[in-house]
Amino acid sequence: MARVWIFGQDINTDQIVPGRYAPYMLKNEADLRNYPFVEHRPDFAPGVQPGDLIVAGNNFGCGSSREYAPLALRLVGVGAIVAPLFARIFFRNALNLGIPCFTADLTSILRDGQEVELRLEEGLIVTDEGQHIQLPPPPAFLRDVWAAGGIVPFYRQYGHFPGEAR
Amino acid sequence: MQTLSEQILSRAAGRTVMAGEVVTVDVDLVMMHDSLSPSIIRVLHEELGAERVWDPERVAVVIDHVAPAASVQTAEKQAEVRRWVRSQGIRYLFDVGRGISHPVLVEEGLARPGMVIVGSDSHSTAYGCVAAFGTGMGTTDIALAAATGQTWFRVPETVLVRAEGRFRPGVSAKDLALYAARRLRADGATYAAVEWHGVEFLTIMERMTLATLSIEVGAKAGLVPPVFAESGAILPPARAEVRRPALQPDFLQVQAGARYSQVLTVDLDRLEPQISAPHTVDNVADLSELGRVAIDVVYLGTCTNGHYEDMAAAARILRGRRLAPGMRMLVVPASAQALQRATADGTLMTLLEAGATIGTPGCGACIGRHMGVLAPGEVCLFTGNRNFRGRMGSPQANIYLASPEVAAATALTGYLTHPQEVEARLPLEV
Repeated sequence: MARVWIFGQDINTDQIVPGRYAPYMLKNEADLRNYPFVEHRPDFAPGVQPGDLIVAGNNFGCGSSREYAPLALRLVGVGAIVAPLFARIFFRNALNLGIPCFTADLTSILRDGQEVELRLEEGLIVTDEGQHIQLPPPPAFLRDVWAAGGIVPFYRQYGHFPGEAR
Repeated sequence: MQTLSEQILSRAAGRTVMAGEVVTVDVDLVMMHDSLSPSIIRVLHEELGAERVWDPERVAVVIDHVAPAASVQTAEKQAEVRRWVRSQGIRYLFDVGRGISHPVLVEEGLARPGMVIVGSDSHSTAYGCVAAFGTGMGTTDIALAAATGQTWFRVPETVLVRAEGRFRPGVSAKDLALYAARRLRADGATYAAVEWHGVEFLTIMERMTLATLSIEVGAKAGLVPPVFAESGAILPPARAEVRRPALQPDFLQVQAGARYSQVLTVDLDRLEPQISAPHTVDNVADLSELGRVAIDVVYLGTCTNGHYEDMAAAARILRGRRLAPGMRMLVVPASAQALQRATADGTLMTLLEAGATIGTPGCGACIGRHMGVLAPGEVCLFTGNRNFRGRMGSPQANIYLASPEVAAATALTGYLTHPQEVEARLPLEV
């Protein structure tokens, strides 16, 4: 089972990883895994388990282009992020790193700390109370990038960018 | 009929494209800065397996995010970046003190109308000040663009902000941009581009204020039409060696009948100074609505409002006056050129005589890393672009965003102040 972590709206990348905790600023870059939400929600990094689900409000990931924000989430094994709207640079970075992002508003349906099962291939969340939540399927070109494991493996496999077969 | 973004991306894709299409395009310029270059270099070589960048004349590297280095590890990483630049034969390295990437690439004539420019910095929307399609991307996208000379986009819809009239005294481009954030909200132009019309009377760097703040409403790009004839908007000459350099502005123009997803009309004659209160950029009110807000430190700088024009606007208010007791005012010029110009015409001396201090041109404390980081409980009046909690240092600090005019007036009184009030309340020292 995966734990649900609920976040509010307009979560910016400074809240995900403050610029002061960038790999550029660290003696040991591997320490980045200790810093997702280090100031915004200090119980997240010590408590998150691989596969856990972030469920957030509108405009998740707004602000900076720093890829180390989604990278920090990947390092701790976040299984997917669900929000009604993602800021575009964050969405692209998460896609590039192979973190599934689903566009839906579940902040009033799921509870913080709730246990759920995430069935990625089906785009389905099954809650500990047996509720089935169908996530909207992302466009095909985005699914292809996830399936490849991120944009770099996609590019190396196909020799072109998503959306166009050249 | 096409928007500016559709015209530029059509040219870059080699075919006519419209909003909603997913396209692969050629990029004209790739910008990377010191903060992310080490990771970009690693992805380029280790993950993509590329030995060289696609074109060493179309990759620009700028040391601006921690400049000069503030620690052994940042110094070490900057040294690594310089070695890499040499080994790749990259032509454009703008090192410590040259300034922030965005004004520098415009001043150097590298950013030109009609170009597609991708940068490892979200404020790369800045290049819209010269009607380039500039956009920010992360490490992996920039590494891919540097390796291949291409990237992919969903062609954005466009939100039109149409300004009418002229600013009243004490009101400037920052107030227009913050007002747009107030109306459009932080997500109002997500996945879209913003076009700023009716602002042809602004200088290039004043246009950059609008272009940089476009990301704060979520925009992919923020473009000002390429009209350079009117007052002060002098396009720096293109570097002779820049390939596909200056498009004639008539190649790219506002087309009647272009489709806009939303139109926001702003009456500049009625616009008051705008303040973005903690902790989101769209938390904006008229200054007059806010009451008395005490400020500990005034910070004038960044790619949004650290330009020559901004220092000069502050100097006009500070001239012959002194900072309020206990006030600190930090001025971090956006570029060496801006600093030189402010030095040559006495602007800098005016700032210093008023009690301000000057930092090395660059990003300064905008990212909370050095040169004026905030303590818990401190309140900063910032001419930059983000007031997120913890952005400039302690998460217990409060950041208010405002124009350079409001910044200067506030530095004189110690609390948020309308520039027009200064004349009445603080007579000149004789």
